[in-house]
Amino acid sequence: MGIKILTEHINVPGIETLEVYRKHGGYRSVEKALKTMSPDEVVEEVKTSGLRGRGGAGFPTGMKWSFLAKPEGVPRYLVCNADESEPGTFKDRYFMEKTPHSLIEGMITSSYALGANTSYIYIRGELMFVLRILEKAIAEAYAAGLLGKNILGSGYDLDLHVAPGGGAYICGEETALLESLEGKRGNPRNKPPFPAVKGLFASPTVVNNVESIASVPWIVNNGGAEYAKIGIGRSTGTKLFSCSGNINKPGVYEIELGVPVEEFIYSDEYCGGIWKGKQLKAVVPGGSSVPILPANLITKTAAGEDRLMTYESLSDGGFVSGSMLGSGAFIVFDEDQCIVRNTWNYARFYHHESCGQCSPCREGTGWMEKVLHRIEHGHGHQQDIDLLVSVAKQIEGNTICPLGDAAAWPVASAIRHFRDEFEWHIKHPKEAILPGAVYRGQLATIEA
Amino acid sequence: MPETADDNYKMAETINEVKFSDAGMAEIQRYISHYPEGRQKSAILPIMHVAQAEFGGWLSPQAMDKIAEILNIQPIEVYEVATFYTMFNLKPVGKHVLEVCRTGPCCLRGADQVIDMLKEKLNIEEGETTADGMFTLKPVECLASCGTGPMLQVREKFYENIDTEEKLDQFLETMRNTEVETPYHQAQ
Repeated sequence: MGIKILTEHINVPGIETLEVYRKHGGYRSVEKALKTMSPDEVVEEVKTSGLRGRGGAGFPTGMKWSFLAKPEGVPRYLVCNADESEPGTFKDRYFMEKTPHSLIEGMITSSYALGANTSYIYIRGELMFVLRILEKAIAEAYAAGLLGKNILGSGYDLDLHVAPGGGAYICGEETALLESLEGKRGNPRNKPPFPAVKGLFASPTVVNNVESIASVPWIVNNGGAEYAKIGIGRSTGTKLFSCSGNINKPGVYEIELGVPVEEFIYSDEYCGGIWKGKQLKAVVPGGSSVPILPANLITKTAAGEDRLMTYESLSDGGFVSGSMLGSGAFIVFDEDQCIVRNTWNYARFYHHESCGQCSPCREGTGWMEKVLHRIEHGHGHQQDIDLLVSVAKQIEGNTICPLGDAAAWPVASAIRHFRDEFEWHIKHPKEAILPGAVYRGQLATIEA
Repeated sequence: MPETADDNYKMAETINEVKFSDAGMAEIQRYISHYPEGRQKSAILPIMHVAQAEFGGWLSPQAMDKIAEILNIQPIEVYEVATFYTMFNLKPVGKHVLEVCRTGPCCLRGADQVIDMLKEKLNIEEGETTADGMFTLKPVECLASCGTGPMLQVREKFYENIDTEEKLDQFLETMRNTEVETPYHQAQ
């Protein structure tokens, strides 16, 4: 049991109400920041904390805040990215649904730090029921004087609104999100200008993930230096992990960064081991777009050291033998899962979600889906594997936004680590298309 | 079911009047008020959600034209947004649209089998509506419910851990006896 910063009170009955939330210390950071700290002091604490963006990129939040342009007479905006759409990720939904006031508190304290007087929470449209929970909590906060004009007599004004999306993965990319929030198609913008200079309504804007914003109150209450003591090295603080796939205990776990991966998979405190007594085959540790790792490389690094749940350790070995922490979506595969089928599934996802703006992504994701579909369905050619690698390479780095990379990495890594499985599909098309057919190394067996 | 754009328009011609309920209109005005002066177009997505909830689960050309009128923008600006986002149905749908997650993590726990069972039980293919107009099957991408898959969404509700045929049968039976509600009416 490590320290719980985000989920300490998450199972307290009634925590979704303002009354119970305040009884458990809620909104203390708003009082402290607005009454005793300058906005810059709040920014400094967040910088000191070493908090890194929890949406996937892991960019230091305090540094992102310090880039915000502050021209005279131009409004600034804070936008919370609650468009949680990365396959495998469901932590933000769980968090907002259970304890909406935690996010609202973070939004108030963070908006104050950035000098924003209007802030938005952009939530994916499928989570309309969570939007209603948030709106109810926001109404409570307005009634209690925590939002609106002259918050708690501090002279600081803030309006907070929730905006739903319409079902588009790409709107989790921050500039696509801003386009969507302006009522347009979610096509990512060319950068520069960065949102910190020209964001929402052409004004300076910060876009942060739900979990990043929700970490700010603890940092304000306890100090950035205290936060930096939690975790290991540059992976400070705690992190929510969304755990799914073939494990005994799927769900959201808050851990202090630094727990060994092996313990995380097998301990009853977390994933609880592989279901049905089966063996571990592979893990995608950070959401569908990060590289997949086979069992031997997920618990140990290539150098034989224990792999830890930190940004650095999960990416140890680069893309040759490592992966990424990403958004913390930990997807576990048991021995009966077919990597080819899974890779095709993700390729279909990225093809479906490509906005179509950049040719390498629009065309490349379609080709990868097609080629993987034919391998999976028994019509693959021997040269298809190299073709996939070549398409993935030509998408990567050649698009406006990272969706292209996100589409290329799962395919490239699956081939890197499970090439023999792809080859087996191509050489044995009749066996491979049988329901439940799985390649099991040298001793390929079919279990229908 | 209409098969071509022409069919859509023919079907749309049978719609006489597009009129939001008072509660729906209030909801629309509330969303518009969230944005700065001159930026009312920002409210287009929430308004399309209201329209879809009020007008039978899909956006007819008339409904989209009405939204353009409310926002004082060109109809094409509504069409281009409506065609980008997958939650908006541009063809008539059944009473309950079953949005089944078909993405990786749900498939690790049997989502493919759930989709196959639904096709068989309802005797329809993906994207089709049952003859009685009760169900439309619409496989969708990840719904942020990976820890509780297989799962599906019907309007604003998630139905999770549908991992056995019994649970699926039970779910379908429940839906057959469920009336359509517009949730913001209760929220007000």
